Amino acid sequence: MLGINQFPEYQVPGAVQHQFNPYENNGGSIVAIAGDNFAVIGADTRLSAGYNIFTRNHSKLFQLTSSAVLASCGNWCDSDTLTSILQTRVRQYSDTHENKEISLNAIAQLLSTMMYGRRFFPYYVSNILAGIYEGKGYVYSYDPIGHCERHTYRAGGSSSALLQPILDNQIGLKNMEEKPTIPLTVDRAVKLVTDTFISAAERDIYTGDGVKISIITENGVEERQIPLRKD
Amino acid sequence: MSIMAYNGGCVVAMKGKECVAIATDLRFGLQAQTIDTNFEKVFPVNKHMYLGLAGLQTDIITVYKRLMFRKNLYEIRENRVMQPERFAAMLSSFLYEHRFGPYFIEPVIAGLDPKTFKPFICNMDLIGCANMPDDFVVAGTCEEQLFGMCETLWRENMEPDDLFETISQAMLNAFDRDAISGWGAKVYIIEKDKVTIRKLKTRMD
Repeated sequence: MLGINQFPEYQVPGAVQHQFNPYENNGGSIVAIAGDNFAVIGADTRLSAGYNIFTRNHSKLFQLTSSAVLASCGNWCDSDTLTSILQTRVRQYSDTHENKEISLNAIAQLLSTMMYGRRFFPYYVSNILAGIYEGKGYVYSYDPIGHCERHTYRAGGSSSALLQPILDNQIGLKNMEEKPTIPLTVDRAVKLVTDTFISAAERDIYTGDGVKISIITENGVEERQIPLRKD
Repeated sequence: MSIMAYNGGCVVAMKGKECVAIATDLRFGLQAQTIDTNFEKVFPVNKHMYLGLAGLQTDIITVYKRLMFRKNLYEIRENRVMQPERFAAMLSSFLYEHRFGPYFIEPVIAGLDPKTFKPFICNMDLIGCANMPDDFVVAGTCEEQLFGMCETLWRENMEPDDLFETISQAMLNAFDRDAISGWGAKVYIIEKDKVTIRKLKTRMD
């Protein structure tokens, strides 16, 4: 970014320098897995900046409807702003459509549009949306300016590099000649999310304290919390 | 881009039950351009010890050659095989000699003690700060991915076959998520009476 250092002729005594850095990384990690008729999404509960921990019990999961949960991490105030606007838009939709609940794919598109609307001053967040649509599980992941992609499993946030290859191996069954035929059940998905977070908490200082997991099925959303290491 | 990530590549080593494993990818590139897909970053030191070097390719070759010179002098003068601990200490002081103009490499050592056959693994930063844990060590451009994989897959007291599967899966899935590592892999399983070397076929993109 251009600063006063690039213009030495202005570097005179008395010249006042103004800087504004609105972005701060508050850490946090997300893992989401889509199954045949369910979706599981988990996020850790640590909120931190640099070497400081602000709180050990901060939920990064936002339930939008009875079949959609958004996880958002990165810059906390941006994720707070973005999710509250999104929750308002979800409410407005049902109010203008005779209390009809907005569908998962509609939320996916809406979120992309909202984020791209801030193309030149983006929300500094890593978003993953999980839920079910017409009985099937889906996971959508986003970059900070709103590029949206559908996956069957996805990791995001500060530990994404640690978590994603584990999912490639255990769910994508990559690099295996004889692929095991273990069905992906809700229990196995929850276990995988828990295990990957335990591994990430060992090595990433921005991930830890606990993991909140939302299980989205036809019967609604069930929430669980599992403790992680707190150092 | 950091000079440590100019050529790409990664190395990982793991402890097992009376055995150790070390693995390397085979890519040599210049930033995003792949030059060679058969550049091994793991070198034999003696019968029971291998040295892996991740980082700048020119320094990988230089450090290996200068280190073998020092190790050979030691073995001739002492008339005995160098232990992994001694080799690590020698490498550490060699790297620290270049404290203010370092070789841009991260070394990984895997071996068995020549007398007791006790497993030994070690890694260092580029100025020779050594780390000797009980489980695994990683180095290279996909270090984060390797940490994630090893942390989940590694277990205590693995037999050689199990250790081979674990280190292979850890390495393959880690470098598939890194654009400048991969293009084949080579795995060394070091036991007291034999060393098994396997070349792995991987995706080449």
